[in-house]
Amino acid sequence: MATRTAEAGLWARAQRSCVERLHIRLESLVVLVVLSAVMAVLSPYFLSVSNMLNILLATSTIGVLAIAATYVIGSGGLDLSLGSVMGLSAVVGAHVAVNLGLPSVVGLLACILAGAAAGYVNGQLVTRAFVPAFIVTLGMLGLARGLALVISDGRVIYGLPPLMVYVGQGRPLGIPMPVIIFVVTAIVAHLVLAYSKFGRHTLAIGDSESAARAAGIRVERMRRILYTLSGALAGLAGMLFMARVNSGDPTAGLNYELTAITAAIIGGTNLFGGRGSILGTMIGALIMGVLQNGLNLLAVQSYYQQMAIGAVLILAVFIDQYQLRKESRV
Amino acid sequence: MTLLKLTGIRKSFGAVDVLHGVDLTVERGEVVGLVGDNGAGKSTLMKTITGIYRADSGTIELDGKDILPLDPGQRRELGIEMIYQDLSLAKQQDVASNIFLGREPTKKLFGLFPGFVDKALMDRQAAAMIERLGAHLPAINRSVGSFSGGQQQTVAIARALTFNPKLVIMDEPTAALAVREVQSVLDLIRRLREEGIAVILISHRLNDVLSVTDRIVVLRHGRADANLITANTNMNEVVSRIVGGGDMSAAAAHEQRG
Repeated sequence: MATRTAEAGLWARAQRSCVERLHIRLESLVVLVVLSAVMAVLSPYFLSVSNMLNILLATSTIGVLAIAATYVIGSGGLDLSLGSVMGLSAVVGAHVAVNLGLPSVVGLLACILAGAAAGYVNGQLVTRAFVPAFIVTLGMLGLARGLALVISDGRVIYGLPPLMVYVGQGRPLGIPMPVIIFVVTAIVAHLVLAYSKFGRHTLAIGDSESAARAAGIRVERMRRILYTLSGALAGLAGMLFMARVNSGDPTAGLNYELTAITAAIIGGTNLFGGRGSILGTMIGALIMGVLQNGLNLLAVQSYYQQMAIGAVLILAVFIDQYQLRKESRV
Repeated sequence: MTLLKLTGIRKSFGAVDVLHGVDLTVERGEVVGLVGDNGAGKSTLMKTITGIYRADSGTIELDGKDILPLDPGQRRELGIEMIYQDLSLAKQQDVASNIFLGREPTKKLFGLFPGFVDKALMDRQAAAMIERLGAHLPAINRSVGSFSGGQQQTVAIARALTFNPKLVIMDEPTAALAVREVQSVLDLIRRLREEGIAVILISHRLNDVLSVTDRIVVLRHGRADANLITANTNMNEVVSRIVGGGDMSAAAAHEQRG
């Protein structure tokens, strides 16, 4: 009996220090390790270096979107337009480089700028027109996807110049370029969210908007910056995707926003704002990546994969709510 | 010396006029009670002082300086702090984050990138502030949502006092507290007066107001209807000014028993 309470105390302490020092939920880390162990037992190929890089490569696009989702949801907002904006920026980048014949660098920048522009519109509408974020970004989901189809005339734009393809398919030191860009982005995003004034204010406005306002934080300005940032990250994801598949596909990123939001929530982001960390979100994104990769290796039909991801999302939020209830009863 | 001077403050929300030209002065180190019935405009008046609301007309001066165009953050920097009834805490953040919210000390990350929060310094100063208030919190790194009402009140007070304010506005600070916690808040108000910090106390608990203030301003129908020196008034008079005249001895006696 005594040992059991000691164990419980140890688990609770580990949980707490995990949250305080690393800003992640211990449960998600445990799930990732257990899931990887199961996959490793079931498939000997799973733990190979090339498969690990495969998982990271497949996660890079979703991972960047999940970073955006963490910032916006952590601030008490929501961005449903992530996947569509990603598709739009992939098309814009390809259009600028292939159809307009502008230099590759301009094409790459155009991806990010197109995303930022869509995010800027989201932010303006949410803070100045007082339309709820759910509706604004749902509208943008349709607008951005439609615009991508208009620009590309509904066709995939092929034939990217070599430099743009290198961003998606190059492998300096054997590491895929998208993985490098993704990891660097994640590290910067983590440091900013966890330790900078901007990051702390982001979580504060998600926690209590009135408290943040009373403390002199310019809430509306913060929100406009956050939605623009979210759009720019969706643009970066679009750039990575476009470069990897060597084309501007107007249907790129279809339903990716849901996977990205799922990754953020699994990683411990509070659905209603106030809590979130990029490290946690990365673990969430990796859980999804490992799940998908493992089920692929085991040749499980993709329909079942969708079911598994849905179930994981509900389970993650259940565990989160269970923890909160337990804490509030103390 | 006059610290805060309000003249002719008007504020309406759409068709609803809440404040019809309020005049109010607060001296340095003075404790002023602000009382009035529900809907008299107390909270609205305070929020126009902190800058959450912008007054439609009238002037607000702090130390003779016009502060009407300033936003809440700027007024806070000039020394106006408010402790809200709902405490306005970010419940999922820890003690230091709440105390320093919006005013975090910063350092350069890796000596290169500015705008990063100096958490160690923040934690140290937060702990020192809690210590100075003579309060006990379970842990400074815990999210404040896990604290009791009195402990959360302590954090809110610590936040208001950390940056050497000139004026602290307290909105019903004792409403949700246990008896012993009420006394410690009243003691704290007396200590602030000794340190030369002015306090505006909004409260329905007239016993508290009568025991700790220097002056009592009664707000009625959006006007400062009465200005009573606490030493020269009594429960009967305060109650009758709040409800608007008549013999209120029965109601006053009820409040007295409170």
